[in-house]
Amino acid sequence: MKMRRSILMLGAIGASLTLAACAAGPQEGPAGGDEKLTLWVDPNRFVEMQPLVEAYQEESGVEVELVEKAVEDIGPDFVAQVPTGEGPDLIISAHDGLGEWVKNGVVAPIEFADKAEEFLPAAAQAVAYDGQFYGVPLALENVALVRNDDLLSDTKATTFDELIEEGRSAGTEFPVLIQQGEQSDPYHMYPLQSSFGAQVFEQNADGSYTSELAMGGEAGHAWAEYLAKLGEEGVLDIAVDGAVAGQAFGDGKSPYIITGPWGIPGMQEAGIDFTVLPVPSAGGEAAQPFVGVSAIFISAKSENPVLANDFAVNYLSTEAAQDLLYETSKRSPALVASADKVDDPVIAGFTEAGAEGAPMPAIPEMSAVWGFWGAAEAQIIDGQVDPIEGWDALVDNIQGAIDAG
Amino acid sequence: MALTTSTAPAVTGGRRGLGVGFLVKLVVVGLADALGLYGVLTSLATEQWGILVFLVAILAVVNWAYFSRRAVAAKYLVPGVIFLFAYQIFAIGYTGYVAFTNYGDGHNSTKSDAIEQISMQNEVRVEGSASYPLTVVAQGERLGFAVVVDGEAQLGAPDQPLAPAPDATVAGEQVEAVPGWETLRFVDIASRQAEVTALRVALSDDPADGSLRTQDASTAFVAVPALQYDAEADAFVDTADGTVYTPSERGNFVSEDGEALSPGWRVGVGFDNFGAMVADARMAGPFVQIFLWTFAFAFLSVVTTFALGIFLAVTFNDQRLRGRRIYRSLFILPYAFPGFLSALVWAGMLNDRFGYINVVLFGGADIPWLTDPVLAKASVILVNLWLGFPYMFLICTGALQAVPADLVDAARIDGAGRWQIFRNVTLPFVMVTVTPLLISSFAFNFNNFALIYMLTGGGPNFVGTPYVVGHTDVLISMVYSVAFESGSKQYGVASALSLLIFVMVGVISWLGFRRARRLEEI
Repeated sequence: MKMRRSILMLGAIGASLTLAACAAGPQEGPAGGDEKLTLWVDPNRFVEMQPLVEAYQEESGVEVELVEKAVEDIGPDFVAQVPTGEGPDLIISAHDGLGEWVKNGVVAPIEFADKAEEFLPAAAQAVAYDGQFYGVPLALENVALVRNDDLLSDTKATTFDELIEEGRSAGTEFPVLIQQGEQSDPYHMYPLQSSFGAQVFEQNADGSYTSELAMGGEAGHAWAEYLAKLGEEGVLDIAVDGAVAGQAFGDGKSPYIITGPWGIPGMQEAGIDFTVLPVPSAGGEAAQPFVGVSAIFISAKSENPVLANDFAVNYLSTEAAQDLLYETSKRSPALVASADKVDDPVIAGFTEAGAEGAPMPAIPEMSAVWGFWGAAEAQIIDGQVDPIEGWDALVDNIQGAIDAG
Repeated sequence: MALTTSTAPAVTGGRRGLGVGFLVKLVVVGLADALGLYGVLTSLATEQWGILVFLVAILAVVNWAYFSRRAVAAKYLVPGVIFLFAYQIFAIGYTGYVAFTNYGDGHNSTKSDAIEQISMQNEVRVEGSASYPLTVVAQGERLGFAVVVDGEAQLGAPDQPLAPAPDATVAGEQVEAVPGWETLRFVDIASRQAEVTALRVALSDDPADGSLRTQDASTAFVAVPALQYDAEADAFVDTADGTVYTPSERGNFVSEDGEALSPGWRVGVGFDNFGAMVADARMAGPFVQIFLWTFAFAFLSVVTTFALGIFLAVTFNDQRLRGRRIYRSLFILPYAFPGFLSALVWAGMLNDRFGYINVVLFGGADIPWLTDPVLAKASVILVNLWLGFPYMFLICTGALQAVPADLVDAARIDGAGRWQIFRNVTLPFVMVTVTPLLISSFAFNFNNFALIYMLTGGGPNFVGTPYVVGHTDVLISMVYSVAFESGSKQYGVASALSLLIFVMVGVISWLGFRRARRLEEI
């Protein structure tokens, strides 16, 4: 009997503990005045940011606690947690979620206009939204064409069709690899699409995006037909997903692959001799890859707004900080002064390929685009729909989603 | 726990008094109360009234149950009931609440948050205005800004526009000290951050000139609000052209032209979310298809796995078969792997061009297992058969042991064939035991998210739907797509769909169990 009663007691403790845990809110408040910032980063950035955080603490005495979050969780968790007051003070993330965060009111504007000129134009545009700056750009990322030098030593092609021919001359299984998958991969194919003049959204003169779709019409149709052609010829295949493509390139089954800096470590490990080149145009106009900018943003509900601004705006925008970040991350720096010092041929290759690139649209409408875009491109490549009809349905869908949103 | 029982040797059994048992109870309930009180204080501090009420109620119930002499049954029930509330009823209740709101992207917080955020986003720096090295000063609670404008030190506070402070000490571009004011250092500012960023010092008596503000306490800039919130009228006013934005029923500040400010906030939308799937003509057709497919998938999954399971069970129940144990163990294998992992592996094996099935078994054929609508559905059923038959095999093997051997012998003597014996003797006996499990299996497959998500991702997708959904999507994976994958997240619609699924599964289970009871009576 007594035994059982104590079990029940334990149950009661457990229940109270659970509820107390549910109720426990942010404990550290102004009362303690402890100078500590919480920064959410993904596992890669975690390692890269460590030295910067330490350097900042030495300089200002403010501790920055790094919290590791999975890449795909940072954005959604930020949106979900900030309104509850449980969110971080700062996050480092790709800039393309910015519009959604502004729409949800979870990110705070910063005073950055004076410093913006010191950054690469695409980087500065990327962190601006609706006339306000919201983040400090840290590094740039974009896709480029990577050549296996053992299979082909020279690239003369100026158009994508010529590139395919060159690729075929290598006698490998694939002339060129662009990763697809069941939902295709519009991001990796964007240099080709944009070379048809079928940009996703209209851009203002200053590079910011409007919510007006630009994918439809003649240009879009031309791109859709080109996609269908590549699908029919077997150049593109939705069965070739990221893993298959990376493996095939590593095995020397193709002289070319379109990939980003994230694909490089694997190639270096595999001991491949490679060169990074710009993607040639397919439709006649400039082939613009999306430029993704990783940047630091401040929560709209941060309890340490002054410290957060000091760390993000005053410290991370300095040349010393950006230099240090480049050393640890080996990613193209966003600050011009730091970018000018880079002499690594791989990073220089990516920077060159992205020189004409456009920042990935950060407007909230963009989130409505990805799913439909990939699904429609997969259907066109696979020959499930007529390219023109499929493309028009895609444009209608996105427009519908934007109107409804 | 072992300690408490061993150190309580000979307390008078049964009688309640001040024995060791009571002391233990006192300490443990006291601990529970202390924790509960901690929770109450925390929720008080964070203004979580719902949790506060819940905690107080629980504390009252717990204390009553364990100190009352009459509440014997409650002593056993209370912990379970508390957990039931915390983990089940709350989740269902909250889903129900969300289903009637527009919670989702753009509407994910309260109205006061929205007002604060709109004000913050629309306070813009005056174009071409300079920024000033700033010194934050204080007179006790009162904060002020000191800056150098045109070589002259100026000082202002919230209630006092910027004015020259001739007796201030200036070092270069920055004010160092002002008599009568305390200069705040970085460390002092850290504890008053919200105050510093909230401080606005007007440039002059004319509000149109803007005000000084700061974000980092070291530089100040001149800002004017582009949108001003009027608390009395509960509306935002555009300071440039006078446009008025008033709150709408949909949880946004909207101008007369219909232009909405974001972010919005959560509001109730009645039953709108429940009709959302069929209200849009582009979605109605696919929704009906997904609805029917969900039933077909759950039904076929149960039927196929059960058919194969019982066939194997009967076959391998035969005493004459050698090595039955080895076979039986092998059959259990698919059941031993995590389902989602198997689904991923199958997705790889069914890949059109590189999958094991096409490349090796069909000699390089190009069969679109997962990309053709019909084949994809067949693949889903087949993979689920592979995953599910071991379970059926197990429970049928168990149920077969309950079939009386003499009944089977009697049937055989009466001249019944194998099929007749199976149909009229074995199957009815097995069904009595197995039917409830078949019903729960149906309910499980009705919501078999992992398989669909990992195997096909719902694809091949429908063409032209406003959500990214496909031919093999079941209702629950469609909910996921609506809530998380189709661009703008719509938790309200997703919750409404979840509730519908919950009701459907409930009704089906209820009908099924009623039938099962009748079966038992035969």
